Amino acid sequence: MKIIADTDRCVGAGQCVLTEPALFDQSEDDATIIVLNETPEGELIEKAREAVHVCPSQALSLEE
Amino acid sequence: MTTAEKHEFPMARTCPFAPPPAYEEIREGEPVSRVRLPDGGWAWVVSRHEDVRTVLNDRRFSADRQHPDFPALVKGEAASRRPDEERMLIAMDAPEHGPARKAVLGEFTVRRLEALRPRIQEIVDGQIDALLGGPRPGDLVDSLSLPVPSLVICEMLGVPYADHEFFQEHTVKVIKQSTPPEERWAAMVAIQGYMADLIAEKEKNPPDDLLGRQIVKLRADGTYRRTALAGMGLLLLVAGHETTANMISLSTVAFLRNPEQLAMIKADPGKTLNAVEEMLRYFTIIDVATARLCVEDMEVGGQLIRAGEGVLTLGYSANRDPRAFENPDELDIERGARHHVAFGFGPHQCLGQNLARMELQIVFDTLFGRVPTLEPAMDVDELPFKDDANIYGLYQLPVTW
Repeated sequence: MKIIADTDRCVGAGQCVLTEPALFDQSEDDATIIVLNETPEGELIEKAREAVHVCPSQALSLEE
Repeated sequence: MTTAEKHEFPMARTCPFAPPPAYEEIREGEPVSRVRLPDGGWAWVVSRHEDVRTVLNDRRFSADRQHPDFPALVKGEAASRRPDEERMLIAMDAPEHGPARKAVLGEFTVRRLEALRPRIQEIVDGQIDALLGGPRPGDLVDSLSLPVPSLVICEMLGVPYADHEFFQEHTVKVIKQSTPPEERWAAMVAIQGYMADLIAEKEKNPPDDLLGRQIVKLRADGTYRRTALAGMGLLLLVAGHETTANMISLSTVAFLRNPEQLAMIKADPGKTLNAVEEMLRYFTIIDVATARLCVEDMEVGGQLIRAGEGVLTLGYSANRDPRAFENPDELDIERGARHHVAFGFGPHQCLGQNLARMELQIVFDTLFGRVPTLEPAMDVDELPFKDDANIYGLYQLPVTW
């Protein structure tokens, strides 16, 4: 599985970081998403799914 | 196809802890339907969770509140619009909106806010000390709900807290639905003038606070303009002020009415953040603030909305939509409520949301930890709920312990 982030759509709400700081961070400059690990495994897969679910700009998707 | 308006907007509540009953009727009957507005015009209301998210995340719906066709939620408001005035962030559309928002957003990252946690804890402790040292019963709104977010946002921006009564007084006028349009405009001008003066002073030797850092950053980018920063400062000040305050008061009442929910966060503070999300969903205090103007025909929930028509997204209805939340009228801190739209959705979603989350989390853990015998000092149904404000809340909350 691969995490796809659309940085143009990202509104910098930080919901992904709150969901799983091991997978996501925010740019210090404009708060947009930085994916730390694009190919999560194990328990992190569920966290990636939750991040997609709660993203307030639908900027995240998963490639199964 | 609907042509007539069955409902007038705004719709009345019958219970302080629930949306107007008409919301359910609309959501389950005709989820995208027309309502009559206070100034005689009409607009679409969108009531289902999925449809609300669609509208708020689509460029075909404009946020330009100064546009003559933007739906007016308050009678006479349209007449006080200034289409030539500079737009604040909340009224901007793409492509102008993104860069303006991103210029300030770095101040609100999760990491940056986490660094403020100890100072916010100190502020909360100080206010609870004052409450406990004062008379019983005391007013929670005056002693805790208002000063905490107010002190925090003032410190962040670099606004002297000594001036908070001035902008508090004017903010109330801006928010109250019964304020005559001219008076509302005058109040806006007064706070805007205050902010512009403050920023002019900071320009001389930009201090290390949010406004000072913005001056430095925007100057470096070659995009600095005082009026634009004053608008941004004003927005942050007002938004960071009333909203969190009302959530503190309302949630405190909700916790005290639901002791089994309160017991869960006291036993495990790891659950407090989930409780915060549930409170945000449960109250959705900014229900009527999210309006849009359709600028290109689009179908929403099976209904064609045409360019030039106004749309109100009923966030409170969306957050009580059983399609998105099981048993939506129950307060359940363990439900997993993070997909609520209490902060809005899409490009305009509240930029201070993580600051609000942290403030609420610290307040609940500290208040109920330090004052375990806290209780309302009057009948909950008799409390002065803000039925007449654009942001729901409580004017006072007498408590004893």
